[in-house]
Amino acid sequence: MSATIAKTLDMKGFNCPLPIAKTAQAIREIEPGELLQVLATDPGSVPDFKAWCRTTGNQLVEHTETDGVYRFVVRRKG
Amino acid sequence: MVMTQPETADEPQEVAEHAPHRKLVIFAWSGELDRIWPTLILSTTGAAMGMETTVFFTFWGLFPLVRDDVRITGENWMQKLLSTMDRPGLEHLKLGKMNFAGAGPAMMKHLAKEHKVASPSELMALAKDLGVKLVPCQMTMDLLGLSREDLIDGLEDPAGATTALVEAQDAITLFI
Repeated sequence: MSATIAKTLDMKGFNCPLPIAKTAQAIREIEPGELLQVLATDPGSVPDFKAWCRTTGNQLVEHTETDGVYRFVVRRKG
Repeated sequence: MVMTQPETADEPQEVAEHAPHRKLVIFAWSGELDRIWPTLILSTTGAAMGMETTVFFTFWGLFPLVRDDVRITGENWMQKLLSTMDRPGLEHLKLGKMNFAGAGPAMMKHLAKEHKVASPSELMALAKDLGVKLVPCQMTMDLLGLSREDLIDGLEDPAGATTALVEAQDAITLFI
């Protein structure tokens, strides 16, 4: 599964607005259609990622939570 | 694999739903740490969301743009007095409340580090990288005796109220 992830951004421990702001930076480094995986622990990042994807047109393909770590997989807008 | 599915057809519709505000304009009037900080948080977030984001720095809001290694600004004693009373520069800002002669900001920065909240300097760098337009107000620069050389790199050319209001016409505006 990890073979399809083009880039991973570890934002564990970091707070607003860094998970989203760094995601905006990181998504520029992958090609349209590729997947960016972001790991975060800020509970506020869950609504923030949904809102960010809705407004930017990037697609939130998956979001899961395991032991307090949120994992977001975002596909860069084509 | 689930993740390689093509994009869903309803996506553009959702984008359109949030299309009206594509611009964010913040008037940064205060030089206090607890106002500049949220200004930088909101502007970096706006830019991260793809909003065309501009911050106009005016009056006390200009002092955070002064380079940290510049101690005294101004051409006459009155202007010099301003920077003597309150040291300019992003690293030297005071809190609007509970400043306690500098202990407040030190504690605030300590807490921020502990909670991994980005510092104003980190956010300023991020803002520039994400394309936030940082515009100093020309009139206040003259009034306070600030030259372009006193200010940090990466700023737009100084501009006036008209530029600010034209920019703000179709934007969400905040006065902080």
